[in-house]
Amino acid sequence: MVRVLKLELKGITKRFGSLVANDHIDVVVEPGQIHCLLGENGAGKSTLMNVLYGLYEPTEGQILVDNKPVTFRGPGDAMAAGIGMVHQHFMLVPVFTVAENVALGAETTTAGGFLNLDDTRRKIQEISDRYGFDVDPDALIEDLPVGVQQRVEIIKALVRDAKVLILDEPTAVLTPQDTDELLDIMRQLKSHGTSIVFISHKLREVKAVSDTITVIRRGKVVGTADPGASTTELASMMVGRAVNLTLDKSPAKPQETTFEVKDLTVIAPSGQHVVDGISFDIARGEILAIAGVQGNGQTELTEAILGLQDRVHGSILLDGEELLGRSVKEVLNAGVGFVPEDRSVDGLIGTFSIAENLILDRYDQAPFAKGISMSPAKVLENAMTRIDEFDVRTPSGSLAAGTLSGGNQQKVVMARELSRPLRLFIASQPTRGVDVGSIEFLHKRIVAERDHGTPVMIVSTELDEVIDLADRIAVLYKGKLVGIVPAGTGRGVLGLMMAGLSPEDAHGDTAGSHPARATAETPAEPQTGNPAEPQTGNPAEPQATNQATAAQPAQEFRSGAVGDDHE
Amino acid sequence: MSTTATSPVPGKPLKPQQRPPHPDRNRKPAVSAKPVTWKLPVTLLVLAVVAFIVFGLLGPHGTAKFGISSGGDFFQLPAIEVPAYLAGIVLSVIMLGLAGYAMVLKTKNVRPPRWLPVVFTVLFVVSFLIWVVGGARTPSISLAGLIAGSVTLAVPIVFGSLSGVLCERAGVVNIAIEGQLLGGAFTAAIVASLTDNPYLGLLAAAVAGALVSMVLAVFSIKYVVNQIIVGVVLNVLISGLTGFLFSTVMQANKEMFNSPGRLPIIEIPVLSSIPVLGPILFKQSVVGYLMYVAVIVVWIGLFKTKWGLRVRAVGEHPQAADTLGIKVNATRFWNVTLGGAVAGIGGSFFTLVAIDSFTKEISGGRGFIALAAMILGRWNPIGAFFAALLFGFADNLQSIVTIIGTPVPSQFMAMLPYLVTVFAVAGLVGRSRPPAADGIPYVKG
Repeated sequence: MVRVLKLELKGITKRFGSLVANDHIDVVVEPGQIHCLLGENGAGKSTLMNVLYGLYEPTEGQILVDNKPVTFRGPGDAMAAGIGMVHQHFMLVPVFTVAENVALGAETTTAGGFLNLDDTRRKIQEISDRYGFDVDPDALIEDLPVGVQQRVEIIKALVRDAKVLILDEPTAVLTPQDTDELLDIMRQLKSHGTSIVFISHKLREVKAVSDTITVIRRGKVVGTADPGASTTELASMMVGRAVNLTLDKSPAKPQETTFEVKDLTVIAPSGQHVVDGISFDIARGEILAIAGVQGNGQTELTEAILGLQDRVHGSILLDGEELLGRSVKEVLNAGVGFVPEDRSVDGLIGTFSIAENLILDRYDQAPFAKGISMSPAKVLENAMTRIDEFDVRTPSGSLAAGTLSGGNQQKVVMARELSRPLRLFIASQPTRGVDVGSIEFLHKRIVAERDHGTPVMIVSTELDEVIDLADRIAVLYKGKLVGIVPAGTGRGVLGLMMAGLSPEDAHGDTAGSHPARATAETPAEPQTGNPAEPQTGNPAEPQATNQATAAQPAQEFRSGAVGDDHE
Repeated sequence: MSTTATSPVPGKPLKPQQRPPHPDRNRKPAVSAKPVTWKLPVTLLVLAVVAFIVFGLLGPHGTAKFGISSGGDFFQLPAIEVPAYLAGIVLSVIMLGLAGYAMVLKTKNVRPPRWLPVVFTVLFVVSFLIWVVGGARTPSISLAGLIAGSVTLAVPIVFGSLSGVLCERAGVVNIAIEGQLLGGAFTAAIVASLTDNPYLGLLAAAVAGALVSMVLAVFSIKYVVNQIIVGVVLNVLISGLTGFLFSTVMQANKEMFNSPGRLPIIEIPVLSSIPVLGPILFKQSVVGYLMYVAVIVVWIGLFKTKWGLRVRAVGEHPQAADTLGIKVNATRFWNVTLGGAVAGIGGSFFTLVAIDSFTKEISGGRGFIALAAMILGRWNPIGAFFAALLFGFADNLQSIVTIIGTPVPSQFMAMLPYLVTVFAVAGLVGRSRPPAADGIPYVKG
């Protein structure tokens, strides 16, 4: 009954000028499979999928659907052939309702071109019931949480009768709980006969859900792997050399507390308290990681410390000195190193040379400046040292910083910030969009700075990074501090805290976890070696108390899914 | 995204508001409940206090007389006579009450209901009217005439704002409404004169407006030129071009080129004799009737049809529309063209209905007022219609009030429409949200 579809990409090559984004890529997606494309940022996964979805035209190569060659001139053709795509940045109109978004482009109309949204509502309800999505067709997209928006995207594809669903980095914006739900949804879709192309660079998820893994590196297929392969194997295939995923980190030796934030509140232009009365401190030789889903006040918190926010109340003390109310320059001169979350916007000036970018914070100080003149020789000399020290892969320090890869750009930012004596180091998303090889290096540098006796604050939305680096973990939710927990706190607990549960509730909830959730979580890294992990797998006494309010959608989703699983 | 344009000085970090929009910043803010602001209660209170002092305590002691029926109506309603002083006090006390209510709601952090500012505005306008008429040399005014005149003056503004709605809903800012009105007025005059047929003039006006708009569309969509700049340049261009042709061609042979003749007023029997409403709805020229049709058709089109859904999607999130197989730039192009045609029809009002000849700058800035009406009406055809009526009303009031003779200097009255704009936009309308991709060209990645 269910029409299945075999998809084959044969020798796909896509060039942008001299850049080869895809180089003779062959991929076969068998019907009813979850096929993972694993590769680092910039490996060419998204380009390949945009070719498949008709957004780009391939320079060479062929797409075969059920062994017949096809040409897609636009997304419309791809959709007609049964291919649906959920983009990394959702393609939903925020001010439209769910029904309007689903209808868009495939509207059912009555005579005269009038919209018939009832028909769309019925279809949404049908799919929503089949997979237990619990989506209200008349809700406005902008009012929905990210996880639900993603389901709307999936519904959009299913309404168009997609037989192959492309998910482009679908977990980048999700909490760990939402991620687990998504993985469940993917399994269900598979059991209903939908093939899935899953694009990711997160090994844990890939291993948990894939049937076949194709690894792509620098635009080429470097091999296929079995989901049973170890993460280390997968990582080295992805990077092209052996990588050490575990961070060798000696236990912290915290000294005296020198950095303190008290009752910090940041008010946004809209009048919202985006950071709401939070207090924490960091000792010398300690890394505090700020965890949380994107957009819960992290940006504003770091900007407030740096002096970039206008309406801030509370107190920020570094070595007993008040930083609040000082200019950014004064804060930097007080010994604060800052790696902003978006390096291309706030961290670097892309058209300036690497050497110039390396002295952006000290261009007016000796030895780079003498009076009103600058000394280019000194600037370049400094660049050579830093480039060597931080292993920035570039032929010359006088190249524009914008030409570097993400990982190398981040090394430049990090090199600049760490090249002067610091009394506080803040790094926001230190490894976002950075290749695995560079992650290793950047993490080591951060730990080295800690061991040097600097209080370090890391802001990250990647739970893996938080777990790897932190000596203590503070979780932000809607601008409030949910709690500060020690390193080694379980992934499940942290995930629930990121959804707003207090540490106590989160512990209670994971301890009494459902068997279903436990299985969804077991493919956790064997080698992360978290001492507190055993807590999670204790299905001995299934308590009724685990129906925590914050995890509501999760619960509803599961109960809806049970009956329909085997058709 | 390139960083070059936005990073002015090395070593000097950017202020948050100077940054280019960042995808993460478009996400919903952390705290979802928006606090109710003091803006509305305070605005209302200030206005109510002004009304209480000026219209109430310092108000005239005469009687204001408002005629409702005109001679031709098939039934007559008696004129309303209002004691100005008493009315001023009573109405302003009610306004104070409403302002107080808004204050109470604010302290409870409840959003005021939508009727509140509307009712307040109506009360304010009524008490202002009573104050003006009560203090005039001839304290009598025909309400029917006032309203009918307002609608007439609003016609080109309504067409202009509909043009704006059509363009901006699709994501193209149309500053060139003024130029489209002017182009329509000029072409209507010249074609109607040459053919002796005002209906052909009307048609030609639509074509002229569309052509002006196509220039905007080609430059802003195909060549990705800044839309505001193209629009401003078009206004200057059309103004110069029509001005030149007027003084060289039209002035030289007025008989041949600038005597278009008027579109007849079509009176619908019986219905047109209904007091007040009759003349507004059933005693109009073709352009007047077209205005009502256009408002309704554009509204239904935008919000009830497949076409409208696609247009709005293109104006809100063009990339999303593109991934669903909708041709973004083609949609924009044709919408801008259609908007121009609508504005062109509005322009024909000047030369085929209001007066029967073209003069330099005949549109007199109404294209810009139309832009304000579109914003005031929140990019909604019906909202824009009523906003345009408000401007027409203010415009008409100042001329009528000058005629009946008030103590207020007429120059102050002439400022009225603009004062209304400022207050309406600042305090009463609240937050208005343009289409998200308004003014942002779409270039395929």
